[in-house]
This record gives sequence, C-alpha cells and structure tokens, in this order.
Amino acid sequence: MESSRSGKRRIVLAAAFKASIPVLLGYTTLGLAFGFTLIAAGLPWWMSPVMAIFIYAGAAQFMGIGLITGGAGLFEIALLTLLLNGRHAVYGLSMLEQFKSAGKWKPYLIFGLTDETYGLLTTVKPPAHVEQARFYAAVTALNQSYWVLGCAVGSLLGSALAFDARGMDFALTALFIVLLVEQVRAVRRFEPYVAAIAACVLALFIAAPRDFLLVALLFATGLLSLLRPRLDGRKSAPASTQGPQGGGEAQ
Amino acid sequence: MTRLFAIVVIMTLVTFFTRAVPFLFFSRKKPPAFLDYLQRYIPPVVMTILVFASYKDIEFTQTPFGIPAAAAGVLTALLHLWKRNVLVSIAGGTAVYMVLIRVL
Repeated sequence: MESSRSGKRRIVLAAAFKASIPVLLGYTTLGLAFGFTLIAAGLPWWMSPVMAIFIYAGAAQFMGIGLITGGAGLFEIALLTLLLNGRHAVYGLSMLEQFKSAGKWKPYLIFGLTDETYGLLTTVKPPAHVEQARFYAAVTALNQSYWVLGCAVGSLLGSALAFDARGMDFALTALFIVLLVEQVRAVRRFEPYVAAIAACVLALFIAAPRDFLLVALLFATGLLSLLRPRLDGRKSAPASTQGPQGGGEAQ
Repeated sequence: MTRLFAIVVIMTLVTFFTRAVPFLFFSRKKPPAFLDYLQRYIPPVVMTILVFASYKDIEFTQTPFGIPAAAAGVLTALLHLWKRNVLVSIAGGTAVYMVLIRVL
C-alpha cells in the first residue's frame, strides 16, 4: 500500500515536472532578473523570496519595487495591483469547471493561477489514473518553486556580486510589451488601444507624475464604458475566452 | 520595515483576491453583462497603459534620444511576434537594452 502510494506520487511528480519544463526555464530566468532588480533598487534581499512566496505574481512584484521605492501610498498600491492582476480573474472564469472538484487543492490552485500556470493547465493532460486536481496541484507547486528559487538566487547573487545591474529593470518594460503583444493577438479591435492611449495623453497633462497610472486607468475605464455600444454591439467582437487563451499560450 | 510588511500583505491579499473573484462570485450565476464586457477589454487597456507608462519619462530630446528603450522595446515585440516565447523576448530585449545604455 505504502509503496504503491509513493509510486503514484512519483508518477504524478514526474509527469508534472515534464509538463512544467518550459516554465522552469522562464521562471528561474525572470526570477533572477527580479532578484537583481530588487537589490539594485536598494531593498533587502529577503524581500525577493518573501514576495515570491506570498504575492507570487511577476508583473505585480516588478511594479511593487517601483512603487515601494517611489513612495506610493498603500491604497494606490492596492488599486494598481488589482488592476494589473485583474487579468487573472479572466483565467479563473474559464477554470471554474476544472477546479470544481478539486477539493482540498482548490485554494492553492486558485492562489497559484499565474499567466504561465494557467497556460499549462489548459494545455496539459494528467497521466492515466491520476486525479486531475492532484496533477494540477503538482504543476502549480513546481511552477511556484521555480519562481521562488529564481527570485531568491537572484537577490542573493545580486547582493553578493558587484554586478552592474543598470538597465535590468527593462525586464519589466519587456514583460509589459510581451503581455501587450499577447493582447493584440487576442483582442482584434483597435478601440481599446486607442482609448488607452488617449487616456494616457490626457493623464500626462492633467495628473501629477506619481498619479499617472491611476488617472490614466480611470479615464480609460470611463472611455471603455462609453464605447460599450460600439464594442459590445457587433458580435464580430472576440469571444469572451480569448483573453486568457492569448496569455495562456505564452510560455 | 513595517511599511514593507504592510505592502507585502496588501499585495498578497489583492493578488489572491483577483484570482479568487470568479470562484467567489460566479460559481453558480453568470457574471453581469457589464462586468463581462469590462473583463474582456480591461486587459488590453491596462497593458497599453503600462507600456506607455514605461516610456513616458524618457528624454527623447537628449542623447541618446531614447534610442536604447525604443530599440529594445521594438526588438522585444518582434521577438515575441516571431518566437512567442516569453523568456526569449524578455531576455533578448533586456540584454540589448543593457548593452545600448552602456555604449550609446
């Protein structure tokens, strides 16, 4: 009994590991960049693994560094995190069915639903005779372990080596560009992008630099509400699941 | 220190909340139409704004005229359109940026 149980665990872990190799490469590298950036911004090294364990959201963590060093208020941080990670709510909408019978794994599966994990879970299949939720949990846990490892090693190396990390923070800009390209592939309407740019230009003139993101997002949401008859009217508009699929294939 | 802890706690709760929202509210009933509309178009809007924000403070009138950020950004987008591999796109763009700000 014991041996068959541990044998099964090995099967689950082996299959999950094999499925998660693309994320292993991505998360360790991006995590390293995050750790280096965090140290270059003057934060203590332990913040990197702590953020990776608890927050576990790449883009939000990078943005968090800027907000911490820029002296942003707690409310502003909460709102920006909400808006930046709002896309994860979309992933959840399409995982409602799959997670329904996940039982004790469900809270962790929801906690760990990052862009890349969502992408994996929607594409890989559990091995035969293995409970889907268990396999999902193994994939999710492995992914997070790669991210925590990358973030921890990055900040330790960053504080140990005299490494010139100037410019490494461009990784955040690059991450946003990658996510934007994914959106452009998925949402083939020009209006949201034009509305966003118009809101940015407006915010550039009206808002104080530190309130820029907040004001731009408010304007853009307002414009989006006005555009609803136009965007929602014709059903040539993309299906509601296309956002997550766009992000999901990105690994 | 207290502020760092507060920030980690807030970002943890908010991030978990964004991931849990569908499971909390829409396990049984469908989301309202307006929310469904917003969730479809907020992601492209937010990403556009974040890219814009990343570039808004660059001095395009002084050397190096924002060339490193512009070139690395275009390269990142092209790499991603071509390979569609997040790692390749980010590492490639960042490496080129780090080189360009040192040589230009």
